[in-house]
Amino acid sequence: MADLLTATAVRKDFGGLVAVNDIDFTIPERSIVSLIGPNGAGKTTFFNMLTGVYNPTAGRIVFAGVDVTGKPPHAITELGVGRTFQNIRLFSFMTALENVLVGMHARLTGGIVRSILRTPGLRREERVARDRARELLRFSGLRGRDDELARNLPYGDQRRLEVARALATEPQLLLLDEPTAGMNPQETDAFTGFVSRLRSEQDLSVLLIEHDMRVVMGVSDRVTVLDYGEKIAEGTPKEIQHDERVIEAYLGTGATA
Amino acid sequence: MLVGLIVVWLLVNFFKDPSEFAAVFLIGLTNGTVYGLVAIGYTLVYGILQLINFAHGDVFALSGLVSFTVLVDWLGVTPADSTAVAVGGILFTLVVVMAVFATVNVTIEFVAYRRLRHAPRLAALITAIGMSFIVQNVGLALYDVDFRSASGLIPRTNVFEIGDVSYTWNKFMVILITVPVLVLLTWFVASTRHGKAMRATAQDRDAAAMLGINVNRTISVTFALAGALAAVGGVLFLTQFNMRYDTGFELGLIAFTAAVLGGIGNLTGAVLGATLIGLIQAFNEGLAWHAPGSDWTRSIVFGILIAILVFRPEGLLGERTPEGA
Repeated sequence: MADLLTATAVRKDFGGLVAVNDIDFTIPERSIVSLIGPNGAGKTTFFNMLTGVYNPTAGRIVFAGVDVTGKPPHAITELGVGRTFQNIRLFSFMTALENVLVGMHARLTGGIVRSILRTPGLRREERVARDRARELLRFSGLRGRDDELARNLPYGDQRRLEVARALATEPQLLLLDEPTAGMNPQETDAFTGFVSRLRSEQDLSVLLIEHDMRVVMGVSDRVTVLDYGEKIAEGTPKEIQHDERVIEAYLGTGATA
Repeated sequence: MLVGLIVVWLLVNFFKDPSEFAAVFLIGLTNGTVYGLVAIGYTLVYGILQLINFAHGDVFALSGLVSFTVLVDWLGVTPADSTAVAVGGILFTLVVVMAVFATVNVTIEFVAYRRLRHAPRLAALITAIGMSFIVQNVGLALYDVDFRSASGLIPRTNVFEIGDVSYTWNKFMVILITVPVLVLLTWFVASTRHGKAMRATAQDRDAAAMLGINVNRTISVTFALAGALAAVGGVLFLTQFNMRYDTGFELGLIAFTAAVLGGIGNLTGAVLGATLIGLIQAFNEGLAWHAPGSDWTRSIVFGILIAILVFRPEGLLGERTPEGA
């Protein structure tokens, strides 16, 4: 299978601190891969480099054949990378539907002048966009919540709305940063099923940062483990579960002795 | 208590001379809409950058002076011309000056504020004050200290006359131009894709960028809108009053007060605040019975600014809804 994303020797220094140390990483097409590791291992920093929030200190990131190293976030999103955030960052004073429509921004073509003149083509585009947004909300399990302000939605729905909003950018690759944090077991199970459906029904790859091992082991094709900015293991969920360095990183030295 | 006294004072004035009261009310309403055009510029920019763009009042004043050049020097419109010529000239001037000052405002952001976006807020604020002096002194250099005015182009014939109360076309034109502009702006921000991008950027810039919104471009659009609205204010002010290079200093502060009064970052709030300030100023200067008079206008307006900041910093329209429509 071809690789959708290839990161080569990617590194990020913050002053003297090496947050991510020369990591090689690939995401095959239509795969679900997970990034795990203790807090502060550099997972989110790595995410932020993939999405253009941080410029890598060194290394190269290629997405769908395009070198995206150091490109601004909106340009990377346009190429097809969508993401959610560790702590929910919805536009809380907008409705669920508006949040999704904002996600479609880069895929719509109506310029400012056409928006003001309301040409027939623009009206059609807006109508199609609204229908698609409603469909995404339904797909994400938010039927009937269209006109609710994002801030008034229950926690689990806010998480779902973040995914719906990210899907609206029409990504080929979706990055989910701890999507089940703060969810109860039922919500987590439902979400795990949802992630699997993303691949089967929306035809995209998923990169997951997650602490809940049941989720990681349940959906991932491949798991990569980071510790202190280094890649310490990579493999199938089964291989990772039995990897000594991983157990050590999570439980501390001595646990395996 | 204070509010009660003011209400009593207004009521007494109303019953003593209803027609005078109504006339003063209309003047306040008209002036308030001009303040509103400038106040929206403060509120738009604050909403998206959390920056008080002190140069905005001076951009307004310069736009008024430039519109004098276009309307009087180039087009040569004088009060002797027919109303049709005057209206045509004013509309043409509006289009030109709006385009010019949208560009000027975008340039100011690009040159002075963009690089400071991640600097401490004080740095941007001081730069804004510096920009204010620069724009003001450009006005001084180009137009010297003389006052300019283009009043009297629109005839002072009455739109309506009820008893002693009359309202002239000259003043009504201000409302006639401002209201559609405000409605269009509110609709633009609330409903179009670009308006949504503005609101998204105002609420969470990083998340907006991550959804494919070009943040720099969106901020430029915001400055362009603010500049264009200030220019509308400049043209209309020129047709009503005298203005010169430093007119924008005080008017800018008044408009800023209006924006704070309504709730900074809130579009409807800016218009509401500006209308109230316009009315307060008109009542204070125009009512016959025990009005403090124009000597006190500044003290009252800026007293309101302080009172709002102390007692209700979020403004009249409640909670902070960035770019709320």
